[in-house]
Amino acid sequence: MTTFTNVLKDFYEREPDRVSVTLMFPGQPDFPITYRELIERSNDYAAAYARAGVQPGDVVILILQHGKDLIYSFWGAVLLGAIPSMMPFLTEKLSPERYRADLSALFSHSHPTGVVTYPEFEADVKLMVSESENTVKEVFITDRIPRQEKPDFSTLPGMKSKETDVVLLQHSSGSTGLQKGVALSHRAIFNHLDAYGEAIRLTREDVIISWLPLYHDMGLIACFLMPILRGVPVIQMSPFDWVRAPYRMLQAISAHRGTLTWIPNFAYNFCAQKIRDRDLEGVDLSSWRASINTSEPVKFKSHQMFFERFKSYGLRLETLQTSYAMAENVFAATQNDVTKLPYVEEVDRESFRSEHLARPAFDGRPAIQMMSCGKPIPNTAIRVVDGKGRDLSERQVGEIVLKSNCMLTEYYNRPDITKKAFLPGGWYMSGDYGYMFNGEIFVAGRKKDIIIVGGKNVYPQDLEALACEVHGVHPGRTVAFGIFDESQGTEEVAIIAEVDTDDENEHERVADEIRKHVTRNSAIAVRYVRVAGPKWVLKTSSGKVARTANKEKFLKELEAGQ
Amino acid sequence: MSAEMHQTIADFIAQKILKQPKRVIQPGDALISSGLIDSFSLVDLALFVEDTFGVRIADSELNATAFDSIEQLVNLIISRQNK
Repeated sequence: MTTFTNVLKDFYEREPDRVSVTLMFPGQPDFPITYRELIERSNDYAAAYARAGVQPGDVVILILQHGKDLIYSFWGAVLLGAIPSMMPFLTEKLSPERYRADLSALFSHSHPTGVVTYPEFEADVKLMVSESENTVKEVFITDRIPRQEKPDFSTLPGMKSKETDVVLLQHSSGSTGLQKGVALSHRAIFNHLDAYGEAIRLTREDVIISWLPLYHDMGLIACFLMPILRGVPVIQMSPFDWVRAPYRMLQAISAHRGTLTWIPNFAYNFCAQKIRDRDLEGVDLSSWRASINTSEPVKFKSHQMFFERFKSYGLRLETLQTSYAMAENVFAATQNDVTKLPYVEEVDRESFRSEHLARPAFDGRPAIQMMSCGKPIPNTAIRVVDGKGRDLSERQVGEIVLKSNCMLTEYYNRPDITKKAFLPGGWYMSGDYGYMFNGEIFVAGRKKDIIIVGGKNVYPQDLEALACEVHGVHPGRTVAFGIFDESQGTEEVAIIAEVDTDDENEHERVADEIRKHVTRNSAIAVRYVRVAGPKWVLKTSSGKVARTANKEKFLKELEAGQ
Repeated sequence: MSAEMHQTIADFIAQKILKQPKRVIQPGDALISSGLIDSFSLVDLALFVEDTFGVRIADSELNATAFDSIEQLVNLIISRQNK
C-alpha cells in the first residue's frame, strides 16, 4: 500500500518523460503533460500553498475549469498533504449570487484555508470570501504561482501522509450537494483502483479519452486519478467543448487510438442524434474496447441507437458496457464483464410495479426492458434489502446496499449524515432500488429524491428553492422532479410553481423567469415549467411537498394535453 | 424574408426547445446569456438552422458572443447565404 505522493515520486524518478495527461482545446494543438511537468508545476502550487500557511490536512477549494491549472493545483495540494476539492464549475460565466451561495455551502463544512481561481474571477471570489465567515488564508490566482526549484521529496509534507488520511473531497453540485463532501482516503482509492482495474482489465497499453468534468466521480476517478496513478495515458477535453461538438470525442478516439471511455447514458443518445457524417470523415473507432455507461440509469435502447449510428466507423457492439457507480464507493460498485455484452431482459411491468418483483415477461404482457450493470467488482459485496434491512431473494426489488474496502471515510465533518448512511455491520445504503439475478445487479430506481440529468445528480430541493426566488411565486409552493425521456436517454427536469393569481399573462411571465433563473443559477436546463394558480400543489399531511404525487398529477395533465 | 426566418426559428425554439408552443419570442430577446437556451439545446438549434437555411454555424459560434438573439442569428444566416 502506498500514498498518492509516493506514486508520483516513483514516476518522477523512473519515467519523468512519460506523457500522463494530454489536454485538448478546440482550434489549438494538443497539450501533452509529462510526469516531470505535472510534478514540477504541481510543486509550484504546493510551495505557494505552504507560504500562505495552508497546512497538511487543510482543505483547498479549486474553482477552475478544464485546463492545466486545475491539474497542477489539485496535485499541488496532494504534494503538500492538503485536501483538494474541485468546485463544480457550473457555467462558463460566474453568476455572483450563485457562487456566493455555493461557496457558503461549501465553507459550512469544509472550512478551507485556500481557494484557487482565475484572474478573471479574482475580484468576485475575493469579495465572496471576505463576505462569508471563513477560514481562508489566501485566494490563489493561477497567473501568480511562482516557479520553484525541482521538488525535494525528502521535505515534501505529502510524503508524510498516511494511507488512511483523507486525500480529497468530492461534492455534487447545488447547495445540498455542496454541504456533503465525500471524503476518500489514499487507501480507499488504491483499493478501488486495484479492484476496478482488474474488473476492466486495465493495462498501460490502454488510452483513456474523456470529456467529463473532474468534479464528478466518473471524471475524477476513472479519467483522472486512475490514469495518472496507474501510468495510463488520458486525453481530456472540456465538457463545454464536447457539448457543442460531440464529434470531438470520436475524432479523439480515432486520432489517439483510444481504448476506454466512460460516458453517461444520455451521451449515447446525444452523440447518435447530433453528430453528422461530415464530422466523421476518416474516423476509425476500431481501437475502442470499452465505453462504460454509468452514473445514470443504463438503457439498452441508447446502446442500440449509438451502435447503429457508428458501426460503419468500426464500432463494435461489445464495446458498449455498463457499470453501477457511486462516489461513496470511490467510483464503481459493479462492472459488466468487458468482453461480453451486458445482459438484457424484459420483466413483467405489472409484477414489477405492484409486487416489486422482476419477473421475466410472459404471455406478451406489457414489459420493461432492463439492462444489467454487471457483477460487483472484486472488493465489493452487494445485497438487496427491504425497508428493515433484511435480505431479499433474487429478482425481488429492494434497496441496494454495499460494503467494501474502498468506502468513503465520512461525509466530511458531517457525522450526523455519515451515521445515517450505514446499516449495522458497515453496509452503505445507496438509496437506489434494484434487484439481483445470476449475481448481476439491475438498477431500477431511486429511493432518495435525486434527479439525474445527463449523469449529473441534482437535488430537487435546490431547484425548488431557486424557483421560489422568482417574484410572484408563492413561498414554499414549488415542486421539482425528473421525467425520463426515452429519446434523450435521460431525465428532463420539470418545475411546478404556484402563484396567487389565475392571470395567464402573469403565469407566462413567471414561467419565463423561473426558466431563466434556474438555468442561470444551476446550469440545469429546465424542460417543463408549469405555473399554476392557487391550490395546485399537493402537500402531505405534515405540510411537505409531495413530489411523487405532484409528478403524477402533472403527467396526467400532460397526457390529457392541457 | 427575415420576418419569415424569425418566425421559423422562434417556432422551433418554442416548440422543440422550450416545449411551450405558445411562447412568443421577440427578435431581440436574449437567448443564451439569459439562460433561455441551454448548451445541450444549442446544438439542436445549429442543426436546425443548417437543415432549414443551408447555413452552417460552427461549434465555436455556439455562444452569446456570436449571437444572442433571433435577430442576430437571422443576420448571421443572411450574411452567409449571400456569400
